[in-house]
Amino acid sequence: MSGPRRAFWAVLILIALGLPFIDRNSAHISAYVDTGYIVLLALGLNIIVGYTGLLALGFAAFYAVGAYTYAFFASPQFGMHVSFWLMLAGGGAVSALFGVLLGAPTLRLRGDYLAIVTLGFGEIVPQLLQNLDKYTGGPDGIASIDQPRLFGFSFGFNPVPYYYVCLAVLAISLWLLNNLRHSRLGRAWMAIREDELAAAHMGINTTATKLLAFAMGSAFAGLAGVLLAGKYGAVSPSGFDFNTSIMILAAIVLGGMGNLTGVFVGGIIIGLLNSLLLPQASNLMHALGRFTHIPVLQAVDLNQYRFMVYGGILVLVMLFRPEGLIPSATRRAELRVQHHDAVVTGAGAEHMAAQEPVV
Amino acid sequence: MALLSLREVSKSFGGLIAVKELSLDVEPGSIVSLIGPNGAGKSTVFNLITGIYEPTHGDVVFAGRRLNGLKPNAVCAAGIMRTFQNIRLFAFMTVLENVMVGQHARLKAAVWDGALHTRFASNEDKAADRKAMELLEFVGLEAYTSFWARNLPYGMQRRLEIARALAGEPQLLLLDEPAAGTNPAEKDALMQLVRSIRDRGVTILLIEHDMRLVMGISDEVHVLDYGEKIAQGPPQAVRRNPRVIEAYLGKGA
Ligand SMILES: Nc1ncnc2c1ncn2[C@@H]1O[C@H](COP(=O)(O)OP(=O)(O)OP(=O)(O)O)[C@@H](O)[C@H]1O
Ligand SMILES: [Mg+2]
Repeated sequence: MSGPRRAFWAVLILIALGLPFIDRNSAHISAYVDTGYIVLLALGLNIIVGYTGLLALGFAAFYAVGAYTYAFFASPQFGMHVSFWLMLAGGGAVSALFGVLLGAPTLRLRGDYLAIVTLGFGEIVPQLLQNLDKYTGGPDGIASIDQPRLFGFSFGFNPVPYYYVCLAVLAISLWLLNNLRHSRLGRAWMAIREDELAAAHMGINTTATKLLAFAMGSAFAGLAGVLLAGKYGAVSPSGFDFNTSIMILAAIVLGGMGNLTGVFVGGIIIGLLNSLLLPQASNLMHALGRFTHIPVLQAVDLNQYRFMVYGGILVLVMLFRPEGLIPSATRRAELRVQHHDAVVTGAGAEHMAAQEPVV
Repeated sequence: MALLSLREVSKSFGGLIAVKELSLDVEPGSIVSLIGPNGAGKSTVFNLITGIYEPTHGDVVFAGRRLNGLKPNAVCAAGIMRTFQNIRLFAFMTVLENVMVGQHARLKAAVWDGALHTRFASNEDKAADRKAMELLEFVGLEAYTSFWARNLPYGMQRRLEIARALAGEPQLLLLDEPAAGTNPAEKDALMQLVRSIRDRGVTILLIEHDMRLVMGISDEVHVLDYGEKIAQGPPQAVRRNPRVIEAYLGKGA
């Protein structure tokens, strides 16, 4: 790691560790935790979309699978009360399994077709959760889910312990993902993204490797789901819709697909926007409305417009910085070369030997 | 015994017979060339060997084992690596990473080794790195390890594809027009390179249009025309064969 990057991470770690002491407002801390879950989701989706190049939509479905798995195993719903810590692994595993079940029949599809099928899956899961009310509690979902306990101490609704658990999970995830990126498997993922047929000729079992990307990406979403269900003690289908999937996609596109730092930063920006800034801005508007006696402002709910905001972000990023805020060197080169090709076509571009420095 | 045998292999695409009852043996340690006019079916033969297509009839036998129906990754694991007529590098990975990917089938690190960065994975990757460097030196690309494959000039991309293929430690290397689009100096260097690959103990099956190159390095030449073999033998004999002159050399070469 280069000097500036090391410094970036060092500062980030210090801020992250101290945040609940700097900002003691528990609503804020709760929003930071929710932001962490979005970062976790973005890291998972990045394996599938950023590394392996499979455009999967409907990723929130795997988030739902994790959350409901925990709800089933740790609530009065079925009278089971399995430990939260055990279910962190369990929820991840069940989501991974769903990833494989969805992936196995669909991964031979490419590009747009894969996007459509995964989009469909993303729609089906919340529908099932709504309608299988005998098991899922329907639109109301499942409540009274066990909250995590550690050494006899129950987390309850105090956000601080959730904050540190989330931080630990994120730190471990980043370490694992950074290792994977530079491993045999990480190279295989990227080779598939670059040229699937050539990758197969290098001895890569492309089907298994793509399935693994799906399974591991989904496992992260499942993990996030268990964390979420434990924190709120309740789940309902509304948090796992298409809009949530788009939000996660917006995070990785904004940050820079395929680059861990970028995806991390993108997740934080979108997460803060979603959990903290928009609700806060609404409150500000209400106060302003009361002050100025303008009823429209008093009633405005900016949260309603959040998806317009994400859509806007996606469009702006695509227009002005398609490689994202902190792109992987690869993606930056890719987009530059494409741009270059549009100007210098054919052989000219082929012989261009401009050196791109590697990170 | 031949390292690779095609036994009356045919492949048709709908009504078009791209390869017709082709039999061909490649002896271990030799350089065998496959020539023929455009559309003769040469690349299709490679695709039949590496599992992109399955023969409509006939068998592909490698080191005593029938390859029909195996997927490309299994064919690779069996000991056959190839290059592509229209270069298929991992464009936005570095030169070094391309060669590392070429070693995929020879590396053993499991998923958790990679994820946990175990000592095993770390040692294996270091060795893979060294081997990649050695191969890049062998093909003369050691100065370009951190370039994107995409940014190399054409001739170097062809050599990178060869290095990537060698990284899989093949017994048999299939080269599909490695000299296409390169200048005369590069062609001479390539001829040398192919010889030294053979001297490393790798058997070579070569598709090439450049007659000087083919005649200069082949132990045996097979000539295809419209999917059928019309001649076979040592280069000098093939060159004088009237059917070959008519079908191939007559058309401008
Ligand atoms: N997937 C395919 N579907 C249909 N036809 C095909 C397919 N692949 C090859 N062909 C046809 O098979 C014939 C042989 O093609 P092939 O690419 O093997 O020729 P070649 O000898 O390699 O020619 P060249 O010297 O131009 O590379 C051609 O007529 C080609 O159009
Ligand atoms: Mg060809």
